[in-house]
Amino acid sequence: MKPDITYLKQLSSQVRRDILRMVHAVQSGHPGGSLGCTDYLVVLYFHFLKHQPKKFTMDGKNEDVFILSNGHISPALYSVLARSGYFEISELSTFRKINTRLQGHPTTHDHLPGIRIASGSLGQGLSVGIGAALAKKLNNDKCIVYTLHGDGELQEGQIWEAAMFAAHHKVDNLIATIDYNKKQIDGSTDEVMSLGNLKEKWQAFGWEVLEMNGNDMENLITTIEKAQTYLGKQKPVVILMHTEMGQGVDFMMGTHKWHGSPPNDEQLKTALAQLEETLGDYK
Amino acid sequence: MKKHEILGNKDTRSGFGEGLNELGKINPNVVALCADLIGSLKMDDFKKNFPERFFQTGIAEANMIGIAAGLTIGGKIPFTGTFANFSTGRVYDQIRQSVAYSEKNVKICASHAGLTLGEDGATHQILEDIGLMKMLPGMTVINPCDFNQTKAATIAIAQHNGPVYLRFGRPKVPVFISENTEFVIGKALLLNPGTDVSIFATGHLVWEAIKAGTVLAEKGISAEIINIHTIKPLDEEAILMSTKKTNCVVTAEEHQKNGGLGDSIAQLLSEKFPVPQEFIAVNDCFGESGTPEQLMQKYGLTSEAIVHAAEKAIKRKNS
Repeated sequence: MKPDITYLKQLSSQVRRDILRMVHAVQSGHPGGSLGCTDYLVVLYFHFLKHQPKKFTMDGKNEDVFILSNGHISPALYSVLARSGYFEISELSTFRKINTRLQGHPTTHDHLPGIRIASGSLGQGLSVGIGAALAKKLNNDKCIVYTLHGDGELQEGQIWEAAMFAAHHKVDNLIATIDYNKKQIDGSTDEVMSLGNLKEKWQAFGWEVLEMNGNDMENLITTIEKAQTYLGKQKPVVILMHTEMGQGVDFMMGTHKWHGSPPNDEQLKTALAQLEETLGDYK
Repeated sequence: MKKHEILGNKDTRSGFGEGLNELGKINPNVVALCADLIGSLKMDDFKKNFPERFFQTGIAEANMIGIAAGLTIGGKIPFTGTFANFSTGRVYDQIRQSVAYSEKNVKICASHAGLTLGEDGATHQILEDIGLMKMLPGMTVINPCDFNQTKAATIAIAQHNGPVYLRFGRPKVPVFISENTEFVIGKALLLNPGTDVSIFATGHLVWEAIKAGTVLAEKGISAEIINIHTIKPLDEEAILMSTKKTNCVVTAEEHQKNGGLGDSIAQLLSEKFPVPQEFIAVNDCFGESGTPEQLMQKYGLTSEAIVHAAEKAIKRKNS
């Protein structure tokens, strides 16, 4: 299917508006990484995933499965899920409020369609994705498992346990993506805990490594298409996705300051003015 | 005192191994994972007979728990196997978030629990695992007492939809539960009816409780002995019914007093029917190297200690 780049860009703009309005409304949440990963999630959910938003099943048999490991970018995921049809767009207004299904970090606990695992405590999603991929192999299910991770998250040891396992067991029906924005709460990843040469690290662990610009629709699509051609070849695949934390809002870019800080009223107004309302804001 | 015949001498972990192999034959969704302890966990037969459903994770327990959680997404029923210490404390957050909070159908199977691991010493002798696991909402916690009960429990938990912690041990111990005894999760097993004191025991301490019951009977004391194999959910009805009859209680377990079976029963009784209770458990200290017998003796987890505790509980009741 030929991608409709114009529509995908419209979606991204709308999802970014959703993210900003959600975190602003409750004055909490993580806009920086959410804005940075928006284009990836839009491309994944609206172009690549084989899924059934209206008929969500936990098993996900004969569907592609997405596992969000860096659960703090939940606003971006919730917006993309709602706009894919997993639940009503209006439910986005309940984000982080008491009795909501849209918890601060994603959970299966409240049976929100589209969520298959809780995440938030970092480093666990790659293992979960590998498990889901193994189950697909056992079920003779040819669909794919996608996972997304923060780059700071790679400081967790479990990621490397999982990386070793996936290569050893030839988990070749999974595409992991790293949000490589080089920023985390306390500063740049270089300052906090240098990640070194990530490409060489993943290669040394036996993975096929690709790189892409996660804020360029065309590049996202061609790279993920290329990644798919590596599936079924006895090796797991990882994409180092270069993004800009806070992408789409000029004053949120180029800093780690907006990792976990919401905009105030004035900042929200300034930010929304930079993002066209393309598909209608949630009420 | 009801006679309990010794049917053999086997380790509970072998009961797990047999049960798992049996499950492999009857349930195609059962898969197993092990973190470099296949022989210790007795998972060899499952691995040999169902290689496509067995995953060696290497010494990476956190990853093993995460993969198990992921396998449930495809409808599998994963059984993870490693020592109790590495099955719980080492991977608590992985169990908490990816299994318990995510309500995943993972069976965490843990061998070498408690002091009876023996010579390896305190680094490996976890005595806090029941407490850690029972605190997690939705987690079922089971500590069977012999080979046959462990085998039956292993098979039974595959039928239960939800996370389970199954705890068993290393040494060979008497087999005294008949292989035809049905294992019902959360249903206590009455081993000897009595009227003077209730002894609630779990795991390796159940046989010690039976031995204590014989000694107590010779002293003219009628002990009701109940095997609480499921610590969570607790069989409150059976515990209250017995306690209302005897009016005093001894709890016995190979675990810390804090957070263990005795703790759960004390909580129940303090709310519903307060009576004197004596605890046979490890009291806020770590274990050490030694033979299982030496360790159980040194830390007071013996039939003699249970006899003494029963007499003390009865004395407190009558004072």
